[in-house]
Amino acid sequence: MRIALFITCVNDLMYPDTGRAVVSVLERLGHTVDFPEAQTCCGQMHANSGYRAEAMPMVRGFVDTFRGYDAVVAPSGSCVAMVRDSYPRLALGDPDLESGVAEVAPRTYEFAELLVDVLGVTDVGAVFPHTVTYHPTCHGLRMLRLGDKPLTLLRAVGGLELRPLASAEECCGFGGTFALKNAGVSAAMLADKCGAVDATGAEYVVAADNSCLTHIGGGLSRRAASTAKPIHYAEILASTGSAS
Amino acid sequence: MSSARTEILARVRAHRPASAPPVPRDYLPDVPGIDVVEVLVDRLADYRAGVHRASAATLPGVLAGLVATSSTVVAPPGLPAEWLAEVAGPVLRDFPGAPISVADLDRPGVTVVTGAAVAIAVTGTLILDAAPDQGRRVLSLVPDHHVCVIWTDQISGGVPAALARLADPSRPITLISGPSATSDIELNRVEGVHGPRRLDVVVAARS
Amino acid sequence: MNGTGNIVALRPFPDAARLELNDQQLRTNLRRATHTIRDKRLRVVGEVDDWEALRRAGAAIKDDVLARLPELLERFEESATRAGAVVHWARDAAEACEIVTRLVTGTAAREVVKVKSMATQEIGLNEALEAAGIEATETDLAELIVQLADDTPSHILVPAIHYNRSQIRDIFRSRMPGVTDGLTDDPPALAEAARRHLRAKFLSATVGISGANFAIAETGTLVVVESEGNGRMCLTLPETLISVVGIEKILPTFSELEVFLQLLPRSSTGERMNPYTSMWTGVTPGDGPRTTHIVLVDNGRTATLADEIGRQALRCIRCSACLNVCPVYERVGGHAYGSVYPGPIGAILSPQLTSSGANSTLPYASSLCGACFDACPVRINIPEVLVHLRQKGVDAKRGKPSAERAAFVSLSWIMRDRRRYAAALRAARRGSAPLRGRGRLRRLPWPASAWTDSRDVPLPPKQTFREWWAKR
Repeated sequence: MRIALFITCVNDLMYPDTGRAVVSVLERLGHTVDFPEAQTCCGQMHANSGYRAEAMPMVRGFVDTFRGYDAVVAPSGSCVAMVRDSYPRLALGDPDLESGVAEVAPRTYEFAELLVDVLGVTDVGAVFPHTVTYHPTCHGLRMLRLGDKPLTLLRAVGGLELRPLASAEECCGFGGTFALKNAGVSAAMLADKCGAVDATGAEYVVAADNSCLTHIGGGLSRRAASTAKPIHYAEILASTGSAS
Repeated sequence: MSSARTEILARVRAHRPASAPPVPRDYLPDVPGIDVVEVLVDRLADYRAGVHRASAATLPGVLAGLVATSSTVVAPPGLPAEWLAEVAGPVLRDFPGAPISVADLDRPGVTVVTGAAVAIAVTGTLILDAAPDQGRRVLSLVPDHHVCVIWTDQISGGVPAALARLADPSRPITLISGPSATSDIELNRVEGVHGPRRLDVVVAARS
Repeated sequence: MNGTGNIVALRPFPDAARLELNDQQLRTNLRRATHTIRDKRLRVVGEVDDWEALRRAGAAIKDDVLARLPELLERFEESATRAGAVVHWARDAAEACEIVTRLVTGTAAREVVKVKSMATQEIGLNEALEAAGIEATETDLAELIVQLADDTPSHILVPAIHYNRSQIRDIFRSRMPGVTDGLTDDPPALAEAARRHLRAKFLSATVGISGANFAIAETGTLVVVESEGNGRMCLTLPETLISVVGIEKILPTFSELEVFLQLLPRSSTGERMNPYTSMWTGVTPGDGPRTTHIVLVDNGRTATLADEIGRQALRCIRCSACLNVCPVYERVGGHAYGSVYPGPIGAILSPQLTSSGANSTLPYASSLCGACFDACPVRINIPEVLVHLRQKGVDAKRGKPSAERAAFVSLSWIMRDRRRYAAALRAARRGSAPLRGRGRLRRLPWPASAWTDSRDVPLPPKQTFREWWAKR
């Protein structure tokens, strides 16, 4: 199986460890991972902010870059949702792009989907002796229907204690440019999310999107009482217990 | 200047979608595998309606008991006389030529006894369609106490099956699910606003 | 042609939201109420095995109606007229108000009783009647609370959702005739006070005004879905009934109600069925009003119909499930949206009905979390329409220079090319290197200050992913 990693722009610059974790887990499971270096960004920020014309070169670039792979994996529910949910609509009216999207989009998976649905793995042999709480990010939850796939993987991690998060399915208030355009509302949503994280007393807040974790983490680090650290679940799956 | 009608219809014609895909009808035509009587009784009780069981033979006695403390019993024109045979107090009939006044219906202690057309088990709903045993809409609205008789063979499982049994949709139709209620204060249900504050339902078997 | 009336925001959403966010009591009230209704809705929706099939059917029936709307409107008019109703048409809010005012003035009535109706809120009917010297009394409990408080509705279904029980008691004590200081904040006591207050009005009113949840083309039947029985009072007791109905409320046949009477109550109040639903067709001798009027209103609906993606907003059955699950609505309430249609549906409906003013800020009043689409009983893809409306707004201003556009254009130019993209990542990593010793950033200049006002920013690590990959 030819698996390509789509790292996503945020992870590429800010969270290379998450990408390394994905590679490390897949290689540990005996797979080879390819990283097509022509990849850039999926275009979500442009498209969701109304700059469709500016997003289209990225859409085309993604399709050209990832055509021909059996599976494309990304450690971001949001970017995968952009590809699977929005690309088909954005491609309408351009037959070449429509067929390219029809080929690539259904094979683009969030990391947990690849592991659980495609590779049939729920225990990746990880060890992480810490308390964690899981925030299901909106696009993974409602557009990809990730359900409890990331949780299934986390439950199999040695030493890990999962603590339930109150109102877990409520948005953290990030929403891309929403956090800037409606900063007040976004901050109010974030405050409630941070409060819920604090209430768990967990050492880590875990999610499938580093953009949401940047938001939550940015809020937590402002709160004197908050101690939870943000971490992408892929990094937990890569951990074998030697370091956290 | 063209009329509003002409203008609106022209705009709708100009802007409507060319066509729409067919409507998928794979929802359930009825709710399968339930005891409609038991489910109706359960749902009515959940709405805090009074629920009583009867047979054709015991119905007059059950009704007489339910209206025992009423000042006046009001009945629609076609309510079978034998239903009220055991009622001790006065019974006021509402006839098309001589309708009961709203002021009289609004007096304290008035109970209205009606039949119903159909009931929906899973939603605990009684449907009245102004047939002679149900009468005008105002009868089941203004009195403070409504006693409604539903025969077990009038109960359908789900909404589609029940609506399909209505004889004429152009008659005045009222769906009643429990006593009058509001959710306007902190989105919690409170019974008893403008309709009858008490709803008693007699679920009766024909034999 | 644009809609008019109470659907135009006067202030940009972020400004209006900021004011509401300062009201701690409001947020507490909204949080409690929306969380109560969320749980109830989930429970009763979970009981229905074919919920998704019903949602698909509901969406498709509404789409079919939009495709056949001219014929169905004509059919409705013909059926209703044959049944004894008088049908009127109104292009916008002003025309609708003018028609209703004329009809009321034509009777001897100087007072009317009203059933809660979004259409009459939308066109500003109460204000128009007042200007003509006619007193309109709202009879729905929440509408009454709002009316007594001289406030405006903040929710589609529960206009007084922003008040808690003790605030409602205070409003009744100070504004409701006949109420004494002994009134408690016990909800049954409050409901009883409203009952007593309105009873005399119901029994004496000669004109009732309503909206309609559904209008059946085949039979000319109107349907009103309600809870308290105030609707039944207004629809049954007066001699004259005037119903204001948006043209998108049409359903082809009576049997379509089998879908919507399952979807609407469970989605709105979280009940298996609402206490009362009334259906009437024209005039029935001896039962109910002797004269019935129906005012069919466009007010921006045909303009909305013209947009291929945006027209799905016309499927809306006003259940308000999207408001109740929306994290933005939960924090700011309905007034921040500046229209009688608040929340997610308002953010796509109001700008399409009016396409002017501060409504252009509404499509941005969402984090695109998608909870509204999941809850919508007629599958309106609200996030899709929000993004579409943002795009229309951006495209409409293509000619005008803006800092935001310049940023997006240059970012697109960088990101469409692997070399430019890799170079930009490298530059960002290097540029932040001198700051790295300080951990997270706490303050950035505008516009990023909107972020750092309440959140820190992490710095990029020493190596991008692609640099690591190239070296491994």
